[in-house]
Amino acid sequence: MRELKFDAAVIGGGAAGMAAALELQARGLSCAIIEREDHLGGILTQCIHNGFGLIEFNEELAGPEFAERFEEKVRKTAITPFCGATVIEMEVEGEDKLLSCASPQGVMRIRARAVILAMGCRERNRGNIRIPGSRPSGVYTAGLAQRLVNIEGYIPGKDIVIIGSGDIGLIMARRMSWVGCKVHAVVEIQPYPSGLTRNIVQCLNDFGIPLYLSHLTTSIYGNERVEGVEVTPLENGALALDKSFKIPCDTVLLSVGLVPENELSKKLGVEINPMTNGAWVDSTLMTNIPGVFACGNVLHVHDLVDFVVEEARRAGGFAAEWLSGKRPAKEIRVKSGPNVRYVNPSRLDPSRDNKLYMRTLIVKNDATLEVKLNNKVVRSVKKNHVQPSEMLSFSLGPAELEASVGIPDSVLEISIQ
Amino acid sequence: MSEELICITCPRGCHLAIERGAKGEFEVSGNRCPRGANYAREELTAPKRTVTATARLAGRERDLSSYKPRRVPVRTVGPIPKEKIGELLAAIYALEVALPVARGDALMKDALGTGVDVIATRSIS
Repeated sequence: MRELKFDAAVIGGGAAGMAAALELQARGLSCAIIEREDHLGGILTQCIHNGFGLIEFNEELAGPEFAERFEEKVRKTAITPFCGATVIEMEVEGEDKLLSCASPQGVMRIRARAVILAMGCRERNRGNIRIPGSRPSGVYTAGLAQRLVNIEGYIPGKDIVIIGSGDIGLIMARRMSWVGCKVHAVVEIQPYPSGLTRNIVQCLNDFGIPLYLSHLTTSIYGNERVEGVEVTPLENGALALDKSFKIPCDTVLLSVGLVPENELSKKLGVEINPMTNGAWVDSTLMTNIPGVFACGNVLHVHDLVDFVVEEARRAGGFAAEWLSGKRPAKEIRVKSGPNVRYVNPSRLDPSRDNKLYMRTLIVKNDATLEVKLNNKVVRSVKKNHVQPSEMLSFSLGPAELEASVGIPDSVLEISIQ
Repeated sequence: MSEELICITCPRGCHLAIERGAKGEFEVSGNRCPRGANYAREELTAPKRTVTATARLAGRERDLSSYKPRRVPVRTVGPIPKEKIGELLAAIYALEVALPVARGDALMKDALGTGVDVIATRSIS
Protein backbone atom coordinates (compact mmCIF):
# COMPACT_ATOMS: atom_id res chain seq x y z
CA MET A 1 0.00 0.00 0.00
CA ARG A 2 1.19 3.50 -0.84
CA GLU A 3 2.18 5.39 2.31
CA LEU A 4 2.69 9.17 2.39
CA LYS A 5 4.08 11.18 5.25
CA PHE A 6 3.08 14.72 6.28
CA ASP A 7 3.44 16.85 9.42
CA ALA A 8 -0.33 17.22 9.52
CA ALA A 9 -3.38 15.77 7.80
CA VAL A 10 -6.64 17.72 7.49
CA ILE A 11 -9.81 15.66 7.02
CA GLY A 12 -12.31 17.65 4.97
CA GLY A 13 -11.69 20.26 2.26
CA GLY A 14 -14.45 22.73 3.03
CA ALA A 15 -13.98 26.20 4.48
CA ALA A 16 -12.65 24.85 7.81
CA GLY A 17 -10.24 22.34 6.28
CA MET A 18 -8.79 24.83 3.79
CA ALA A 19 -8.36 27.58 6.41
CA ALA A 20 -6.65 25.18 8.85
CA ALA A 21 -4.35 23.80 6.14
CA LEU A 22 -3.37 27.31 5.00
CA GLU A 23 -2.38 28.21 8.55
CA LEU A 24 -0.27 25.06 8.96
CA GLN A 25 1.38 25.72 5.61
CA ALA A 26 2.06 29.36 6.55
CA ARG A 27 3.94 28.10 9.59
CA GLY A 28 6.19 25.96 7.43
CA LEU A 29 4.59 22.55 7.97
CA SER A 30 3.75 19.99 5.31
CA CYS A 31 0.08 19.28 5.07
CA ALA A 32 -2.44 17.14 3.18
CA ILE A 33 -6.18 17.71 2.77
CA ILE A 34 -8.37 14.64 2.29
CA GLU A 35 -11.68 15.57 0.63
CA ARG A 36 -14.34 13.04 -0.36
CA GLU A 37 -15.97 15.18 -3.07
CA ASP A 38 -14.05 15.59 -6.31
CA HIS A 39 -13.44 19.29 -5.61
CA LEU A 40 -12.61 21.51 -2.64
CA GLY A 41 -15.16 23.89 -1.14
CA GLY A 42 -17.51 21.65 0.82
CA ILE A 43 -21.08 22.75 1.33
CA LEU A 44 -20.34 26.32 0.16
CA THR A 45 -20.44 25.13 -3.44
CA GLN A 46 -24.20 24.62 -3.26
CA CYS A 47 -24.92 27.71 -1.12
CA ILE A 48 -25.39 30.06 -4.07
CA HIS A 49 -27.15 32.77 -2.05
CA ASN A 50 -25.18 35.80 -0.90
CA GLY A 51 -24.14 36.94 2.55
CA PHE A 52 -20.84 35.08 2.95
CA GLY A 53 -17.57 36.82 3.74
CA LEU A 54 -18.72 40.03 5.45
CA ILE A 55 -16.08 39.56 8.16
CA GLU A 56 -13.42 37.67 6.18
CA PHE A 57 -13.44 39.74 2.96
CA ASN A 58 -15.56 42.75 3.98
CA GLU A 59 -17.84 41.90 1.05
CA GLU A 60 -21.08 40.01 0.55
CA LEU A 61 -20.21 37.01 -1.58
CA ALA A 62 -22.08 33.95 -2.76
CA GLY A 63 -20.92 30.64 -1.24
CA PRO A 64 -19.05 29.38 -4.33
CA GLU A 65 -17.10 32.65 -4.57
CA PHE A 66 -16.02 32.39 -0.94
CA ALA A 67 -14.92 28.78 -1.48
CA GLU A 68 -13.03 29.55 -4.67
CA ARG A 69 -11.05 32.36 -3.07
CA PHE A 70 -9.79 29.88 -0.48
CA GLU A 71 -9.22 27.16 -3.06
CA GLU A 72 -7.06 29.53 -5.12
CA LYS A 73 -4.92 30.23 -2.05
CA VAL A 74 -4.56 26.50 -1.38
CA ARG A 75 -3.55 25.78 -5.00
CA LYS A 76 -0.79 28.41 -4.79
CA THR A 77 0.86 26.60 -1.87
CA ALA A 78 2.53 23.22 -1.44
CA ILE A 79 -0.54 21.84 0.34
CA THR A 80 -1.47 18.46 -1.18
CA PRO A 81 -5.24 18.12 -1.68
CA PHE A 82 -6.52 14.58 -2.28
CA CYS A 83 -9.99 14.94 -3.80
CA GLY A 84 -12.40 12.04 -4.24
CA ALA A 85 -10.63 10.44 -1.27
CA THR A 86 -12.36 9.15 1.87
CA VAL A 87 -10.72 8.34 5.18
CA ILE A 88 -12.09 4.93 6.12
CA GLU A 89 -10.05 4.29 9.22
CA MET A 90 -7.83 6.17 11.62
CA GLU A 91 -5.47 4.69 14.16
CA VAL A 92 -2.83 5.97 16.55
CA GLU A 93 0.66 4.48 16.39
CA GLY A 94 2.89 6.03 19.03
CA GLU A 95 2.86 9.77 18.22
CA ASP A 96 1.77 9.13 14.63
CA LYS A 97 -1.73 8.91 13.28
CA LEU A 98 -2.37 6.55 10.38
CA LEU A 99 -5.21 7.37 8.02
CA SER A 100 -6.37 4.67 5.61
CA CYS A 101 -7.96 6.34 2.60
CA ALA A 102 -9.94 5.06 -0.37
CA SER A 103 -9.00 7.28 -3.30
CA PRO A 104 -9.24 7.27 -7.10
CA GLN A 105 -5.57 6.12 -7.09
CA GLY A 106 -6.42 3.14 -4.92
CA VAL A 107 -6.14 2.56 -1.20
CA MET A 108 -3.43 4.65 0.42
CA ARG A 109 -2.19 5.42 3.86
CA ILE A 110 -1.33 8.85 5.22
CA ARG A 111 0.98 9.11 8.20
CA ALA A 112 0.96 12.38 10.15
CA ARG A 113 1.72 13.46 13.71
CA ALA A 114 -1.16 15.93 13.84
CA VAL A 115 -4.68 15.51 12.47
CA ILE A 116 -7.28 18.24 12.10
CA LEU A 117 -10.89 17.10 12.01
CA ALA A 118 -12.84 19.37 9.63
CA MET A 119 -15.55 17.05 8.30
CA GLY A 120 -18.44 19.46 8.82
CA CYS A 121 -21.95 18.34 9.62
CA ARG A 122 -24.91 16.64 8.01
CA GLU A 123 -28.63 17.18 8.12
CA ARG A 124 -31.07 15.58 10.50
CA ASN A 125 -33.70 13.68 8.52
CA ARG A 126 -37.22 12.35 8.82
CA GLY A 127 -36.09 9.41 10.97
CA ASN A 128 -34.44 11.77 13.47
CA ILE A 129 -37.67 13.67 14.15
CA ARG A 130 -40.03 10.71 13.75
CA ILE A 131 -42.79 12.10 11.53
CA PRO A 132 -45.53 9.47 11.23
CA GLY A 133 -47.31 8.64 7.99
CA SER A 134 -46.65 6.79 4.78
CA ARG A 135 -43.30 6.76 2.99
CA PRO A 136 -43.92 8.26 -0.45
CA SER A 137 -41.30 9.87 -2.67
CA GLY A 138 -40.99 13.63 -2.42
CA VAL A 139 -39.52 13.96 1.10
CA TYR A 140 -36.09 15.62 1.00
CA THR A 141 -33.77 17.30 3.43
CA ALA A 142 -33.47 21.00 2.52
CA GLY A 143 -29.75 20.67 1.78
CA LEU A 144 -30.32 17.77 -0.63
CA ALA A 145 -32.95 19.81 -2.46
CA GLN A 146 -30.48 22.71 -2.52
CA ARG A 147 -27.89 20.53 -4.22
CA LEU A 148 -30.40 19.18 -6.75
CA VAL A 149 -31.62 22.66 -7.69
CA ASN A 150 -28.39 24.65 -7.54
CA ILE A 151 -25.82 22.24 -8.94
CA GLU A 152 -27.60 19.47 -10.77
CA GLY A 153 -30.43 21.58 -12.18
CA TYR A 154 -33.38 19.44 -11.05
CA ILE A 155 -36.48 20.84 -9.38
CA PRO A 156 -37.71 18.30 -6.82
CA GLY A 157 -41.39 19.30 -6.89
CA LYS A 158 -43.92 22.07 -7.51
CA ASP A 159 -45.98 22.50 -4.34
CA ILE A 160 -43.83 22.57 -1.28
CA VAL A 161 -44.15 22.49 2.51
CA ILE A 162 -41.03 23.08 4.59
CA ILE A 163 -40.78 21.47 8.01
CA GLY A 164 -38.51 23.32 10.44
CA SER A 165 -37.45 26.95 10.20
CA GLY A 166 -33.68 26.47 10.11
CA ASP A 167 -31.75 28.81 7.84
CA ILE A 168 -31.30 26.27 5.05
CA GLY A 169 -35.08 25.73 4.99
CA LEU A 170 -35.73 29.48 4.82
CA ILE A 171 -33.12 29.99 2.11
CA MET A 172 -34.72 27.11 0.17
CA ALA A 173 -38.18 28.70 0.54
CA ARG A 174 -36.86 31.69 -1.41
CA ARG A 175 -34.94 29.54 -3.89
CA MET A 176 -37.98 27.33 -4.67
CA SER A 177 -40.15 30.44 -5.07
CA TRP A 178 -37.60 31.95 -7.46
CA VAL A 179 -37.49 28.80 -9.61
CA GLY A 180 -41.26 28.92 -10.02
CA CYS A 181 -42.54 26.62 -7.26
CA LYS A 182 -45.22 27.45 -4.73
CA VAL A 183 -44.12 27.21 -1.10
CA HIS A 184 -47.30 26.76 0.94
CA ALA A 185 -45.98 26.89 4.50
CA VAL A 186 -43.09 26.60 6.90
CA VAL A 187 -44.00 24.56 9.99
CA GLU A 188 -41.95 25.06 13.19
CA ILE A 189 -42.46 23.16 16.44
CA GLN A 190 -40.83 25.86 18.61
CA PRO A 191 -42.66 29.08 19.54
CA TYR A 192 -39.86 31.07 17.82
CA PRO A 193 -38.11 30.60 14.47
CA SER A 194 -34.83 28.66 14.54
CA GLY A 195 -33.39 30.68 11.65
CA LEU A 196 -32.13 34.27 11.57
CA THR A 197 -34.78 37.00 11.63
CA ARG A 198 -33.48 38.60 8.45
CA ASN A 199 -34.08 35.30 6.66
CA ILE A 200 -37.70 35.22 7.87
CA VAL A 201 -38.18 38.67 6.32
CA GLN A 202 -36.27 38.16 3.08
CA CYS A 203 -37.21 34.54 2.40
CA LEU A 204 -40.75 34.19 3.77
CA ASN A 205 -42.38 37.61 4.15
CA ASP A 206 -41.21 38.76 0.70
CA PHE A 207 -43.12 35.85 -0.81
CA GLY A 208 -46.10 35.81 1.54
CA ILE A 209 -45.20 32.34 2.85
CA PRO A 210 -46.98 31.59 6.14
CA LEU A 211 -44.86 30.50 9.12
CA TYR A 212 -46.70 28.26 11.60
CA LEU A 213 -44.92 28.52 14.95
CA SER A 214 -45.72 26.02 17.76
CA HIS A 215 -47.06 23.60 15.14
CA LEU A 216 -46.13 19.95 14.68
CA THR A 217 -46.29 17.95 11.47
CA THR A 218 -48.36 14.97 12.60
CA SER A 219 -48.54 13.05 9.32
CA ILE A 220 -47.29 12.87 5.76
CA TYR A 221 -49.91 11.62 3.30
CA GLY A 222 -49.48 9.94 -0.05
CA ASN A 223 -48.81 6.53 -1.46
CA GLU A 224 -46.47 6.78 -4.45
CA ARG A 225 -45.89 10.51 -4.06
CA VAL A 226 -46.44 13.01 -1.24
CA GLU A 227 -50.02 14.35 -1.38
CA GLY A 228 -50.03 16.54 1.70
CA VAL A 229 -49.10 16.97 5.33
CA GLU A 230 -51.22 17.14 8.46
CA VAL A 231 -50.27 19.96 10.82
CA THR A 232 -51.41 20.24 14.45
CA PRO A 233 -51.04 23.26 16.73
CA LEU A 234 -49.37 22.85 20.11
CA GLU A 235 -51.29 24.49 22.95
CA ASN A 236 -49.65 24.57 26.38
CA GLY A 237 -47.28 21.85 25.23
CA ALA A 238 -50.06 19.46 24.16
CA LEU A 239 -51.26 18.62 20.66
CA ALA A 240 -54.63 20.25 19.93
CA LEU A 241 -55.77 17.38 17.69
CA ASP A 242 -59.22 18.90 17.11
CA LYS A 243 -57.49 21.83 15.39
CA SER A 244 -55.38 19.74 12.97
CA PHE A 245 -55.47 20.80 9.33
CA LYS A 246 -54.15 19.43 6.08
CA ILE A 247 -51.91 21.27 3.61
CA PRO A 248 -51.86 19.68 0.14
CA CYS A 249 -48.39 19.51 -1.44
CA ASP A 250 -46.23 17.20 -3.57
CA THR A 251 -42.91 17.83 -1.83
CA VAL A 252 -41.75 18.12 1.77
CA LEU A 253 -38.40 19.69 2.66
CA LEU A 254 -36.92 19.11 6.10
CA SER A 255 -34.82 21.77 7.80
CA VAL A 256 -34.67 20.34 11.27
CA GLY A 257 -31.11 20.81 12.40
CA LEU A 258 -27.57 19.73 11.69
CA VAL A 259 -25.37 17.14 13.39
CA PRO A 260 -21.55 17.19 13.33
CA GLU A 261 -20.31 14.22 11.33
CA ASN A 262 -18.19 12.49 13.97
CA GLU A 263 -18.40 8.77 13.15
CA LEU A 264 -14.71 8.69 12.26
CA SER A 265 -13.75 10.66 15.39
CA LYS A 266 -15.75 8.33 17.65
CA LYS A 267 -14.08 5.26 16.14
CA LEU A 268 -10.74 6.78 17.06
CA GLY A 269 -11.90 7.29 20.65
CA VAL A 270 -12.54 11.04 20.55
CA GLU A 271 -14.87 12.03 23.41
CA ILE A 272 -18.02 13.85 22.30
CA ASN A 273 -19.84 16.67 24.11
CA PRO A 274 -23.56 15.72 24.08
CA MET A 275 -24.58 19.41 23.94
CA THR A 276 -22.75 20.09 20.67
CA ASN A 277 -22.36 16.57 19.24
CA GLY A 278 -18.80 17.69 18.59
CA ALA A 279 -15.58 16.82 20.39
CA TRP A 280 -14.67 18.13 23.82
CA VAL A 281 -11.68 20.38 23.15
CA ASP A 282 -9.13 22.10 25.36
CA SER A 283 -7.84 25.67 25.07
CA THR A 284 -5.93 24.66 21.92
CA LEU A 285 -8.96 23.06 20.22
CA MET A 286 -7.30 19.68 20.80
CA THR A 287 -9.50 16.66 21.54
CA ASN A 288 -8.74 14.07 24.23
CA ILE A 289 -6.47 12.30 21.70
CA PRO A 290 -3.10 14.13 21.73
CA GLY A 291 -2.40 15.69 18.33
CA VAL A 292 -6.00 15.43 17.08
CA PHE A 293 -7.68 18.84 16.74
CA ALA A 294 -11.21 19.82 15.65
CA CYS A 295 -12.68 22.96 14.05
CA GLY A 296 -15.64 24.21 12.06
CA ASN A 297 -19.01 22.49 11.94
CA VAL A 298 -17.62 19.12 13.06
CA LEU A 299 -16.78 20.78 16.39
CA HIS A 300 -20.07 22.67 16.77
CA VAL A 301 -22.54 23.97 14.19
CA HIS A 302 -21.79 27.60 13.31
CA ASP A 303 -24.05 30.34 11.89
CA LEU A 304 -21.49 31.96 9.63
CA VAL A 305 -18.63 30.62 7.54
CA ASP A 306 -16.63 33.66 8.65
CA PHE A 307 -16.62 32.25 12.20
CA VAL A 308 -15.68 28.81 10.83
CA VAL A 309 -12.54 30.06 9.11
CA GLU A 310 -11.54 32.13 12.15
CA GLU A 311 -11.78 29.03 14.35
CA ALA A 312 -10.07 26.79 11.78
CA ARG A 313 -7.13 29.16 11.48
CA ARG A 314 -6.63 28.99 15.22
CA ALA A 315 -6.85 25.17 15.10
CA GLY A 316 -4.13 25.16 12.43
CA GLY A 317 -1.98 27.46 14.54
CA PHE A 318 -2.47 25.38 17.69
CA ALA A 319 -1.62 22.18 15.78
CA ALA A 320 1.59 23.85 14.56
CA GLU A 321 2.49 24.85 18.14
CA TRP A 322 1.74 21.33 19.39
CA LEU A 323 4.01 19.90 16.68
CA SER A 324 6.82 22.15 17.91
CA GLY A 325 6.33 20.80 21.42
CA LYS A 326 4.47 23.70 22.97
CA ARG A 327 1.82 22.83 25.58
CA PRO A 328 -0.26 25.15 27.79
CA ALA A 329 1.26 25.37 31.28
CA LYS A 330 -2.11 25.56 32.98
CA GLU A 331 -5.75 25.37 31.95
CA ILE A 332 -9.00 26.46 33.59
CA ARG A 333 -12.19 24.43 33.24
CA VAL A 334 -15.16 26.23 31.60
CA LYS A 335 -18.67 25.50 32.81
CA SER A 336 -21.96 26.39 31.08
CA GLY A 337 -24.01 28.25 33.69
CA PRO A 338 -27.71 29.20 33.74
CA ASN A 339 -29.33 29.78 30.30
CA VAL A 340 -26.20 28.71 28.43
CA ARG A 341 -26.42 25.73 26.10
CA TYR A 342 -22.71 25.29 25.57
CA VAL A 343 -19.38 27.10 25.49
CA ASN A 344 -16.47 26.16 23.23
CA PRO A 345 -13.68 25.45 24.07
CA SER A 346 -14.19 23.79 27.43
CA ARG A 347 -10.73 24.75 28.77
CA LEU A 348 -8.96 28.14 28.74
CA ASP A 349 -5.30 29.08 28.97
CA PRO A 350 -4.98 31.95 31.50
CA SER A 351 -1.63 33.08 30.07
CA ARG A 352 -3.04 34.37 26.75
CA ASP A 353 -6.18 35.59 24.97
CA ASN A 354 -8.85 32.93 24.41
CA LYS A 355 -11.67 33.19 21.88
CA LEU A 356 -14.95 31.66 23.00
CA TYR A 357 -18.05 30.71 21.04
CA MET A 358 -21.29 29.98 22.84
CA ARG A 359 -25.02 29.57 22.45
CA THR A 360 -27.79 30.64 24.79
CA LEU A 361 -30.93 28.67 25.62
CA ILE A 362 -33.22 31.70 25.79
CA VAL A 363 -34.67 34.51 23.65
CA LYS A 364 -34.20 37.83 25.46
CA ASN A 365 -33.71 41.55 24.87
CA ASP A 366 -31.27 43.52 27.06
CA ALA A 367 -29.58 40.43 28.47
CA THR A 368 -26.37 40.27 30.51
CA LEU A 369 -23.58 37.82 29.83
CA GLU A 370 -21.75 37.14 33.07
CA VAL A 371 -18.37 35.46 33.52
CA LYS A 372 -17.48 34.19 36.98
CA LEU A 373 -14.09 32.83 38.00
CA ASN A 374 -14.32 30.71 41.14
CA ASN A 375 -17.71 32.37 41.88
CA LYS A 376 -16.35 35.90 41.50
CA VAL A 377 -17.63 38.05 38.62
CA VAL A 378 -14.70 38.94 36.35
CA ARG A 379 -16.62 40.22 33.35
CA SER A 380 -20.16 41.39 32.64
CA VAL A 381 -21.31 42.25 29.11
CA LYS A 382 -24.62 43.80 28.06
CA LYS A 383 -26.24 42.17 25.04
CA ASN A 384 -29.01 43.97 23.16
CA HIS A 385 -30.57 40.72 22.10
CA VAL A 386 -29.82 37.01 22.52
CA GLN A 387 -31.50 34.02 20.92
CA PRO A 388 -30.46 30.36 20.47
CA SER A 389 -30.01 30.70 16.70
CA GLU A 390 -27.44 33.50 17.02
CA MET A 391 -24.03 32.34 18.23
CA LEU A 392 -22.25 34.66 20.69
CA SER A 393 -18.51 35.18 20.71
CA PHE A 394 -16.08 37.02 22.95
CA SER A 395 -12.52 36.84 24.25
CA LEU A 396 -11.07 36.32 27.70
CA GLY A 397 -7.43 37.02 28.50
CA PRO A 398 -4.96 37.25 31.36
CA ALA A 399 -6.78 40.34 32.73
CA GLU A 400 -9.84 38.21 33.61
CA LEU A 401 -8.11 34.91 34.21
CA GLU A 402 -4.94 35.74 36.19
CA ALA A 403 -6.82 35.42 39.49
CA SER A 404 -6.80 31.67 38.87
CA VAL A 405 -3.01 31.52 39.31
CA GLY A 406 -2.15 29.41 42.30
CA ILE A 407 -5.70 28.13 42.75
CA PRO A 408 -5.97 24.48 41.72
CA ASP A 409 -9.14 23.30 39.94
CA SER A 410 -10.26 26.82 39.03
CA VAL A 411 -13.67 26.94 37.34
CA LEU A 412 -14.96 29.62 35.00
CA GLU A 413 -18.74 29.80 34.75
CA ILE A 414 -20.56 31.65 31.98
CA SER A 415 -24.23 32.55 32.33
CA ILE A 416 -26.89 34.71 30.65
CA GLN A 417 -29.39 36.71 32.68
CA MET B 1 -52.89 54.24 8.09
CA SER B 2 -50.08 52.54 9.98
CA GLU B 3 -47.78 50.04 8.30
CA GLU B 4 -45.68 47.42 10.02
CA LEU B 5 -42.23 46.08 9.20
CA ILE B 6 -39.60 43.96 10.90
CA CYS B 7 -36.20 45.59 10.63
CA ILE B 8 -33.53 43.32 9.10
CA THR B 9 -30.53 45.57 9.73
CA CYS B 10 -29.40 43.68 12.82
CA PRO B 11 -30.43 40.55 14.75
CA ARG B 12 -32.65 42.41 17.20
CA GLY B 13 -35.44 42.45 14.61
CA CYS B 14 -37.33 45.51 15.88
CA HIS B 15 -41.02 45.64 15.03
CA LEU B 16 -41.46 48.97 13.30
CA ALA B 17 -44.68 50.94 12.96
CA ILE B 18 -44.68 53.57 10.22
CA GLU B 19 -47.15 56.42 9.83
CA ARG B 20 -47.27 58.29 6.53
CA GLY B 21 -47.74 62.04 6.96
CA ALA B 22 -49.75 64.32 4.68
CA LYS B 23 -46.72 65.32 2.59
CA GLY B 24 -45.50 61.76 2.21
CA GLU B 25 -43.03 61.93 5.08
CA PHE B 26 -42.57 58.90 7.32
CA GLU B 27 -42.80 58.69 11.06
CA VAL B 28 -41.18 55.52 12.35
CA SER B 29 -41.66 54.11 15.83
CA GLY B 30 -40.61 50.88 17.50
CA ASN B 31 -37.01 51.19 16.30
CA ARG B 32 -34.31 51.01 18.95
CA CYS B 33 -31.74 52.81 16.80
CA PRO B 34 -31.67 55.28 13.87
CA ARG B 35 -30.90 52.53 11.37
CA GLY B 36 -34.44 51.21 11.81
CA ALA B 37 -35.90 54.47 10.53
CA ASN B 38 -33.61 54.42 7.49
CA TYR B 39 -34.49 50.82 6.74
CA ALA B 40 -38.22 51.56 6.94
CA ARG B 41 -37.91 54.58 4.65
CA GLU B 42 -36.00 52.66 1.99
CA GLU B 43 -38.14 49.56 2.30
CA LEU B 44 -41.33 51.59 1.79
CA THR B 45 -40.09 53.86 -1.00
CA ALA B 46 -37.71 51.73 -3.06
CA PRO B 47 -37.22 48.20 -1.73
CA LYS B 48 -34.22 46.41 -3.24
CA ARG B 49 -32.80 42.90 -3.09
CA THR B 50 -29.70 41.12 -4.30
CA VAL B 51 -30.76 38.27 -6.60
CA THR B 52 -28.97 34.93 -6.78
CA ALA B 53 -29.89 32.17 -9.25
CA THR B 54 -28.35 29.64 -11.61
CA ALA B 55 -28.01 29.67 -15.39
CA ARG B 56 -27.88 26.86 -17.92
CA LEU B 57 -24.48 25.63 -19.08
CA ALA B 58 -24.40 24.95 -22.81
CA GLY B 59 -24.00 21.25 -23.54
CA ARG B 60 -24.27 20.09 -19.94
CA GLU B 61 -28.02 19.43 -19.75
CA ARG B 62 -27.80 15.97 -21.27
CA ASP B 63 -24.40 15.08 -19.85
CA LEU B 64 -25.16 12.31 -17.41
CA SER B 65 -21.86 10.52 -17.89
CA SER B 66 -20.23 11.70 -14.68
CA TYR B 67 -20.68 14.11 -11.86
CA LYS B 68 -20.38 17.56 -13.36
CA PRO B 69 -22.24 20.73 -12.43
CA ARG B 70 -25.05 21.39 -14.90
CA ARG B 71 -25.78 24.95 -13.75
CA VAL B 72 -23.55 27.91 -13.07
CA PRO B 73 -24.46 30.02 -10.02
CA VAL B 74 -24.92 33.76 -10.66
CA ARG B 75 -25.74 36.88 -8.66
CA THR B 76 -26.44 40.54 -9.18
CA VAL B 77 -23.42 42.64 -8.19
CA GLY B 78 -25.67 44.85 -6.05
CA PRO B 79 -29.32 45.01 -5.03
CA ILE B 80 -31.95 45.71 -7.70
CA PRO B 81 -35.50 47.07 -7.32
CA LYS B 82 -37.78 44.34 -6.00
CA GLU B 83 -40.36 44.73 -8.76
CA LYS B 84 -37.76 43.82 -11.40
CA ILE B 85 -36.84 40.48 -9.82
CA GLY B 86 -39.33 38.38 -11.79
CA GLU B 87 -38.24 39.81 -15.12
CA LEU B 88 -34.56 39.42 -14.21
CA LEU B 89 -35.01 35.77 -13.21
CA ALA B 90 -36.72 35.04 -16.55
CA ALA B 91 -33.78 36.64 -18.36
CA ILE B 92 -31.25 34.63 -16.33
CA TYR B 93 -33.12 31.38 -17.00
CA ALA B 94 -33.06 32.19 -20.74
CA LEU B 95 -29.26 32.45 -20.75
CA GLU B 96 -27.11 29.72 -22.21
CA VAL B 97 -23.61 30.11 -20.81
CA ALA B 98 -20.71 28.82 -22.88
CA LEU B 99 -17.92 26.90 -21.14
CA PRO B 100 -15.48 27.68 -19.70
CA VAL B 101 -16.87 30.33 -17.38
CA ALA B 102 -14.81 32.14 -14.74
CA ARG B 103 -15.91 33.55 -11.41
CA GLY B 104 -16.74 37.22 -11.87
CA ASP B 105 -17.52 37.00 -15.62
CA ALA B 106 -20.35 39.42 -16.45
CA LEU B 107 -23.10 37.28 -17.99
CA MET B 108 -25.49 40.23 -18.31
CA LYS B 109 -24.28 43.82 -18.36
CA ASP B 110 -26.52 46.56 -16.96
CA ALA B 111 -29.30 44.00 -16.49
CA LEU B 112 -32.72 45.41 -17.49
CA GLY B 113 -31.28 48.91 -17.35
CA THR B 114 -30.79 48.76 -13.58
CA GLY B 115 -27.11 49.60 -13.92
CA VAL B 116 -26.31 46.32 -12.14
CA ASP B 117 -24.39 43.44 -13.76
CA VAL B 118 -25.16 39.75 -13.33
CA ILE B 119 -21.94 37.81 -12.70
CA ALA B 120 -20.96 34.15 -12.46
CA THR B 121 -20.05 33.13 -8.90
CA ARG B 122 -18.18 29.91 -9.74
CA SER B 123 -15.52 28.97 -12.28
CA ILE B 124 -16.46 25.92 -14.34
CA SER B 125 -14.45 24.42 -17.20
